[in-house]
Amino acid sequence: MRDFNNIGKNVRKIDSLSLATGEEKFVDDFFVDNLLYIKLLYSPHPHAIIKSLDTSKAEATEGVVLVLDHRNTPDSLHTTAGQGFPEPSPYDTRIFDKKVRYVGDRVALVAAETEEIAEEAISKIEVEYDILEPLFDPERAMDADAPRLHGEDAYAPIPVEYDASRNLAAKVEMSFGDLDKGFAESDLRFDLTVHTPYASHCAIEPHGAFAAIDERGRMVIYTATQVPFHARRIVSRTLGIPIRDVRVVKPRIGGGFGGKQEVFLEQLVGLVTWRTKRPSKIILSREEVFANARTRHPMRTRIKVGAKSDGEITTIDLDCVMNTGAYGSHALTVLSNAGAKVLPLLNKVKNMHFLGRSVYTNLPVGGAYRGYGATQSYFAYNQAIDMVARAANIDVLEFFKKWAIKSGETSDVFRVLGEGKEGVAQIIRSCGLEECIEKGAHAIGWKEKRGKHFRSGDRIRGIGVACSMQGSGIPKIDMGAASMKMNEDGSFNLYIGATDIGTGSDTIMAQIAGEVLGIPPEKFIVLSSDTDLTPFDVGAYASSTTYISGEAVRKCAVEIAKQIKAVGAEMLDIPFEDAEIEDGRVFVANTEKAVTYEDICYYAMYSHNQHQIAANASHFADESPPPFIAQFAEVEVDAKTGRIYPIKFVSAVDCGQPLNPRLAEGQVEGAVVNGLAYALWEEYIFSSKGKMMNPRFWDYKIYNTLDLPAMVTILADSYEETGPFGAKSVGEIAINGPIPAIANAVFDAVGVRLHEAPFTSEKVYRRLVEEGVNE
Amino acid sequence: MIGYFIINGIQYEVDFPNDITLLELLRESGHKEVKAGCHTGECGACVVILDGELVNSCQVLAGSCIGAEILTVKGIGDLHDPHPIQQALVDTGAVQCGFCTPGIVLASYVLLKDNPNPTEDEIKVALDGNLCRCTGYVKIIEGVKLAAERMAKNA
Repeated sequence: MRDFNNIGKNVRKIDSLSLATGEEKFVDDFFVDNLLYIKLLYSPHPHAIIKSLDTSKAEATEGVVLVLDHRNTPDSLHTTAGQGFPEPSPYDTRIFDKKVRYVGDRVALVAAETEEIAEEAISKIEVEYDILEPLFDPERAMDADAPRLHGEDAYAPIPVEYDASRNLAAKVEMSFGDLDKGFAESDLRFDLTVHTPYASHCAIEPHGAFAAIDERGRMVIYTATQVPFHARRIVSRTLGIPIRDVRVVKPRIGGGFGGKQEVFLEQLVGLVTWRTKRPSKIILSREEVFANARTRHPMRTRIKVGAKSDGEITTIDLDCVMNTGAYGSHALTVLSNAGAKVLPLLNKVKNMHFLGRSVYTNLPVGGAYRGYGATQSYFAYNQAIDMVARAANIDVLEFFKKWAIKSGETSDVFRVLGEGKEGVAQIIRSCGLEECIEKGAHAIGWKEKRGKHFRSGDRIRGIGVACSMQGSGIPKIDMGAASMKMNEDGSFNLYIGATDIGTGSDTIMAQIAGEVLGIPPEKFIVLSSDTDLTPFDVGAYASSTTYISGEAVRKCAVEIAKQIKAVGAEMLDIPFEDAEIEDGRVFVANTEKAVTYEDICYYAMYSHNQHQIAANASHFADESPPPFIAQFAEVEVDAKTGRIYPIKFVSAVDCGQPLNPRLAEGQVEGAVVNGLAYALWEEYIFSSKGKMMNPRFWDYKIYNTLDLPAMVTILADSYEETGPFGAKSVGEIAINGPIPAIANAVFDAVGVRLHEAPFTSEKVYRRLVEEGVNE
Repeated sequence: MIGYFIINGIQYEVDFPNDITLLELLRESGHKEVKAGCHTGECGACVVILDGELVNSCQVLAGSCIGAEILTVKGIGDLHDPHPIQQALVDTGAVQCGFCTPGIVLASYVLLKDNPNPTEDEIKVALDGNLCRCTGYVKIIEGVKLAAERMAKNA
């Protein structure tokens, strides 16, 4: 480990005390007079045309100010995916449409003086529907006789395959080598199909947005978003309001996990406020968050693997069908990552094919979700590896150590498979996977426990492993920027587009700047994500903030350091090259000559050659160094009931140099616990009409404290030369392991493969009966 | 309906509709530190201490607690003089998005008042009604332990 002043230290998150004392403001916490409350009317049908819509009774209700539907709103096609421009998601969505495509699709909106009036008015809207045949089965979506969701006008704004006539929202295909040859060379063959379900992000703060007109007639939108700059652009384009008239401010955000990378409420408050010139607000109920916001795309993953008898994999054929629901938000990019973030891991496989198709169905809309396709795909991938290693009679840990990608190596997948275009070739500069495997194996007790089938009553123990990688930003696409200015007390304002949604990015940005300038993070007044004040950043997604935005901050601080040295050198009357900085001063080595930052700022502002010491910098990256992780589950399986009890979960991660170890561990622990619930319980249950039936925490169970297994998090000793002070990403990766690690642990315990997440007792019990473990 | 409430030690007289919950009354009277995550008593973001007892304020009718003493997270410590629980959660990195934190602080406060030296299992039981999606609870449990240690030292 290298020696730093701020980096690698557990600096307290700069907003944590104000959060713990209830001082910070979330989007629902702003007081204003004259506020309008917005409620939505949703479709009760999965697939229908709105034949007639009568809003007269709603409009006549006292206290109702505005009723909106497809007849009086802009009908421009767009995507609600908060991505760069042009977005790689299809333009298939209108603010309101004549056609409804899932139970919960939007029909109309009421803005009223109170929430109660808005709700009452919603119930008075009369709608007649022409019911259409619904499409629920993604495997049927591309059939010639399948109901078609989208019309001729829907299109992809970038040149990619998109075919609404076949309900094909996105297609990705990649291959190299010769699959048949690979299979012909193999002694062992496996063909595994698994399913992962719909899931909700369950940020404890529900989605919400609030808009108001400022003193000069511009519109200010406060919103619970991961993507303030994309939100401004999408609001402007969909509503036809110039970007200069829109300001988007991100207050504190109560968790995102991808769910708030979606711009679908900002247009509504924007429309209401722009038309009425009154402030308006919408806060979704928990039920709406489940049923009407965005979800993790369900996926069917089939993997065919050929391997030699010694375990060398000769061929991998991965085929994913992803259900994007009624609209194609992130339909292409989540799908791409099901291959791109997974297949490079075993980079010595010479023959590979990946086919992914995202299809429309009349079910809830998919979106970005921590792990972003990799999570779905790793379920199949890591079980297949476990199967190969077992068949070849080698320890799966030795298999990973031998065949997984290492520092100095590359994979053809990087080059071939990008997001809607070719990929970006890259060589892995830092890979601590081997250390992660060793340390993780030690922590779980691999040698002592693997294959031992310890039994206590009906419960049988097993342990399993899953290894994965992710990325650090989208190479050649994601950009973040920072600006900084100096104050008389030697403090700095640090303005960043980077979007802290609870991750602590404001804090690590201050650590980075402080490391460059030789001062503690408390010297920075951090302001992030206000489109009027801070420079651009794509936002908090794709595990980009630390690596991309962090490097922008580092570059900006380096420029500031230059300016400070120049002023210091002038004050000390020394050559610029002799000036060094440390502890908030400019000094000359081995002399008494020194001047403090305070004096430098006073001098620059008030005394000679007056100027503001200030800088800005942007960063985008040519590569996306993956973090790596090895995750181990120890479980007990009740052979009588099928219930799985996680006993211990170990995650050993290489995220490069951890900038703030506690915050990095927190990212891993949060992702693991989300992943455990997804492995065991989380799923959407639908009625035969496609209505989501469990939109509440009572019926959609996430982990609480009593559900926790023993948790171990290990940060490997690693340093990524291209990252800010050696850092790579850590936000997403740890959610990839729980499903396959648990599935592999269950196999270790009882010899049964699980094909369908979540692993509820009912499903596991059925599998145990099928395999004769339980009669 | 008109009633008085003692919120964080200050008496307020409030005119409020009959059917609103304590959560709505608190938030509408400016106590925005009480967070709303579900309105159905499932998430624990809205917990307050009502006459010494931890309650989900979304599950209590405001009219049923006229005259009661209510403690929100602002009532036990502030930015300049935080309660040891608030400080310990900060120090252990247990505050990520912070939306659930006011509830976690109050549930821990009630626990430590009755049981100043809780085991890990007792902490888990005390916090089982407070959902958090960010932290995985590991650092929260560590924070409550640290708070208990510090409070015992200073007792």
